Amino acid sequence: MELTRSPLLKAALKFRWPQFILFALMLTGFLLAILSGFIGTPVGSRNFGIVFTWIAWWAVLILVAVPFLGRGWCAVCPIPLPGEWLQRGKLLGPGETGSGSGMNRRWPNKLRNIWLQNVTFTLAALFSSVILTTPVVSSVVLAAMLFLALGLALVFERRTFCRYLCPVSGFIGLYAQTAPIELRVKDKSVCAACVGKPCYNGNASGYGCPWDVFPGGLAKNTSCGLCLECLRACPYDNIAINTRPFGADLHKPAGRRMDEAFKAFIMLGAALVYAAVLLGQWGGLKAAAYAVGTLPWLGYAAAFLIFIFGLLPALFLLAVSAGRFLSRNPATPRQVFVSFSYSLVPLGLTAWVAFSLSFVLTNASYILVALSDPFGWGWDLFGTAGQAWIPYLTNVLPFLQVGILVAGLVWSVRTALKIAAESLAGRKVLFQSAPVALFSLAVTAGLLFLLV
Amino acid sequence: MKPETLARLLILFLIIGLGAAVAVDRLNARQGIVELHARIAEDGGWTPDVIYAAAGQPLHLRLTSDDVMHSFAIGQSDQPAVDILPGQVTDLTLTFDQPGTYIFYCTRWCGVNHWRMRGTIEVSGDGTQAVAIAIRPLYVTLDLDIDAPHPALAVPSGEPSAVRGAEFAALLPGSQILTYQSPDYYRFHFPSQAFLDLRAEPALSHLTDANVWDVVAFIWESNTTPDGVAEGRRLYAQNCAACHGETGAGDGVFAAEVQSAFGQAMSTMQAAGGAPANFTDPQTMLGASPALLQGKILRGGMGTGMPNWGPVFDDQQIWDLVAYLYTFQFQKEPK
Repeated sequence: MELTRSPLLKAALKFRWPQFILFALMLTGFLLAILSGFIGTPVGSRNFGIVFTWIAWWAVLILVAVPFLGRGWCAVCPIPLPGEWLQRGKLLGPGETGSGSGMNRRWPNKLRNIWLQNVTFTLAALFSSVILTTPVVSSVVLAAMLFLALGLALVFERRTFCRYLCPVSGFIGLYAQTAPIELRVKDKSVCAACVGKPCYNGNASGYGCPWDVFPGGLAKNTSCGLCLECLRACPYDNIAINTRPFGADLHKPAGRRMDEAFKAFIMLGAALVYAAVLLGQWGGLKAAAYAVGTLPWLGYAAAFLIFIFGLLPALFLLAVSAGRFLSRNPATPRQVFVSFSYSLVPLGLTAWVAFSLSFVLTNASYILVALSDPFGWGWDLFGTAGQAWIPYLTNVLPFLQVGILVAGLVWSVRTALKIAAESLAGRKVLFQSAPVALFSLAVTAGLLFLLV
Repeated sequence: MKPETLARLLILFLIIGLGAAVAVDRLNARQGIVELHARIAEDGGWTPDVIYAAAGQPLHLRLTSDDVMHSFAIGQSDQPAVDILPGQVTDLTLTFDQPGTYIFYCTRWCGVNHWRMRGTIEVSGDGTQAVAIAIRPLYVTLDLDIDAPHPALAVPSGEPSAVRGAEFAALLPGSQILTYQSPDYYRFHFPSQAFLDLRAEPALSHLTDANVWDVVAFIWESNTTPDGVAEGRRLYAQNCAACHGETGAGDGVFAAEVQSAFGQAMSTMQAAGGAPANFTDPQTMLGASPALLQGKILRGGMGTGMPNWGPVFDDQQIWDLVAYLYTFQFQKEPK
């Protein structure tokens, strides 16, 4: 269903101010988070930076924004704002040619993929126990993201940081494929005939796509940041925001890539490791993950890397190869590996939702405290600084998690069946999918063991 | 106003407003208020660790913990300890009547070096130096080597009973028992020495060794009061049990860590095996006089992790603690 058929909604989306005010508020919150890490209390549970970034923002992102809006967060993320301001010379709307300070160089072709995002996410994940709990470290990471985005905006064109380096953007893009919302062109032939491609190059109504995407060729949500500039720039009213079934992009064979396949393993593996480290009962593992730079941490880091880049993909390769053998699938092992890894996307998303529910519901009461006393200095801005710690919904949490994980398993198996059906028929579909389903079942069992 | 100008002003307003709110708060907070941060000793302990105040003038403190729960207390003072919660601020106002150097310390078992969380409050002004009157170090007067081993000269076969001892002590001539019960005798002698002295008394010659040990227990008990022992128990539970154990057996929750950190130094001292002193061991406890134990508590050290409690406890508190330590050897009621 095309949402932009509603004139009111379309006008609201094209009007820049609501989005800009959200940008501005997010930027203020982001700067407050950085500031509180540097000058506020080092106690994570009472520091705005930790509580708002890793509890409030994360909850909104993984429980609401990504599953239902895909890259909805990217539409209001404040990180590119300062860099884009300098790059384009304008905060609101398209700038005049030459008004910005950006060098507008092209990002190297060899790096036009999400491998760098895989690396940045993995690096963040290796240090996550410290990043998620130590305000000053958290602030250093957030500030580094801000300055890196700014620096790259001055050298390279568009939102290079968001598209190729941001550790968060990488997995949002992967999971955005499951979202029930999309931005697409209404009629591709209109785009083909369009002179000047203002959606990509910009015009007086909207600046050129900051995500370096030509909407006329857009088939998946992965790289569309929902900034809505194309909606504003298109002179033919050919851009639409549509609702659609969950997971629609996963069934599109075109554009499946190895870098995204590995992102699926990184995310799934990281959810398993985080569940073990942060919620598990193994004190030694927890201590090793926190003791950055020590020998136990090096052991933890090595095990983590081997698990997500070695063991999980190897087991999956074994599963898809077995299916390939049983079904006599003519596709190469690489092709089946890449294609079927997309069946793990729903499982990965639900794993993160189930894992996040644990600590979000347990720690949500800290949000009110940090809102009233962001630095832990004894402020009480909204009268909630004295709010006692209360874990929410603990009695229903395990049932919720089981339901979500089982739903994720079913969704993954269905996706695997559909992917198999793209090139096979009859019983061969089952033969190819069964080992993949077993792999997903084993991962789900592991998650159930760790979380429930 | 152009939309672009308005957008820029909005961004600048939000950023400058955020900075200004923080700056104003910090300027206000620093006026006449000392912000005292508590961290476990390994991470620095108290910051600042020296606070300056004036006698008769209120000292406003904002206490906060940067890691775990701590507590703020002032040595040799009736000021109740105040808990300091992680990331939370507790306001406390103190007024010192007399100038001097006061010790503040943590009373929560925050870590193995919890005992090292000490700081000083330097109170200036005219008048008597209040805290300078520290406890007279009896071990110095007696020239006791508190670092040397002090094995008992004799040990009982069972646990001596003060109740039974009271009956046997009545056999001694009146002046004689009063001498044994005097604070001077009690403080300067160790129990096994008292046992030998009593063993030589003709009036008690017909008693068994166990009976004489009962008399020793009676003498030790008569040098304290139920309230004094209760205060000693409270102080012990709060300050000593973490290392020496709830039952005095040297097996407190920090014992292993202390042993690991100071083991080598401790093994050269009287503490057997490098563990915190075991007060249930008659071989060492019955060879220790109250003066010796007072010295150990007061000075600390002994090449171990034992802190000096002199600036924290007052004279009576130390004697109460000493009296309580002997209860690990002597039973109050006959079994």
